[in-house]
Amino acid sequence: MKIAITSEKKGLRSKFDLRFGRAGWFCIYDTENGEVIFTENENKDANGGAGTKTAEKMAELNVSQIISGDFGPKAKALLEKFKIQMVILDEGNKTINEIIERLKNKSTINSN
Amino acid sequence: MKIAVASGKGGTGKTTISVNLFYFISKEWDSNVRLVDCDVEEPNDVLFFNNPAIQSREEVYQLIPEIDTEKCTFCKKCQEWCEFNAITIVPKLNFAEVDASLCHSCGACSAACEFDAITEIEKPLGTITNYQTDFGKGLTEGCLNVGSSMQTMLIKKLKSRVDNNDCLTILDAPPGTSCPVVETVADADYIILVTEPTPFGLHDLKITVELLDELQKPFGVIVNKAGLGNRDVYEFLEENNIELLGEIPFDRNFAVSYSSGDLLQNIPDKTTRVFGEIIQKIRRKEVVK
Repeated sequence: MKIAITSEKKGLRSKFDLRFGRAGWFCIYDTENGEVIFTENENKDANGGAGTKTAEKMAELNVSQIISGDFGPKAKALLEKFKIQMVILDEGNKTINEIIERLKNKSTINSN
Repeated sequence: MKIAVASGKGGTGKTTISVNLFYFISKEWDSNVRLVDCDVEEPNDVLFFNNPAIQSREEVYQLIPEIDTEKCTFCKKCQEWCEFNAITIVPKLNFAEVDASLCHSCGACSAACEFDAITEIEKPLGTITNYQTDFGKGLTEGCLNVGSSMQTMLIKKLKSRVDNNDCLTILDAPPGTSCPVVETVADADYIILVTEPTPFGLHDLKITVELLDELQKPFGVIVNKAGLGNRDVYEFLEENNIELLGEIPFDRNFAVSYSSGDLLQNIPDKTTRVFGEIIQKIRRKEVVK
């Protein structure tokens, strides 16, 4: 399955971004083959609706789970409809790499 | 003839000035005057009137599009036309929905849709109420539903209800300098800016002056709570050649009477004098004649 992690910049050394709709980038990690893709958030500076646009993008990208600092009410309502699991992680000092390593070790945050 | 009362900063005294102007204009200038509370997020002008009888109350609506996913081809044209990111479409999930809280009811999506998949449904926006008052022609108040962010739309409807009134209209604007304020002052003939002689009052006054200059609106300033703070606001007015219409001295008793809703009871002589002078100045304006 595909997991999206909100990232401040592109690259595994980037900091985890606590924002969802206004995150800088998304790291899409595929648990099947270990593939990692970074995609820029083109909606991060939208006047409004950044959260809903990003939720839509997650559905388009076939993401099953998102790890972010928090989710706004509009994004949350949509993600629930799309049956995409939201995981809240309150560790803004972590890098994307550290989070992926944790996922690989299947420790605390992967429900599957 | 429309006079709007605005300020950048909240809590400077827009309501105090509006209610008093309404009262004194009706007594000293023209009893054919109406007060319109455009601070639709928390209208409170009505609190200062004795037994304000409701003459009429109207529920107003905004049109929110609904997408019929049976007819929708998920072409996303409506989404491209939407300026507000209010439409979410995921073709592979057969998903097409409008977020009502983001929708500004502009109608672009309906025009964009070639498949007749969009229907516009009325959704309550707020109320517009007419009150009878002991003096003047009465008070009209807009009140936005809790949770809505469509102040501007309600203010537009509110103004349309009083547009044909053949009387002097005082528009009590919401605070700030964003869209709802622009909408309130947009077709006013004259604007009274209320400020206080504090750094905060001056900071926000400057932003509001910039706005009115851009809109090319004639305006003057009333300094409320005079005696507080410093002289910077007066220097700003002088440097920019902005007319000082009057000053209302800071007075604890005044604040007490406001808090108990007694603004129009036992009005102190000096208040009567200040507003008398302000009205004289406004009456002499070319735009007001």
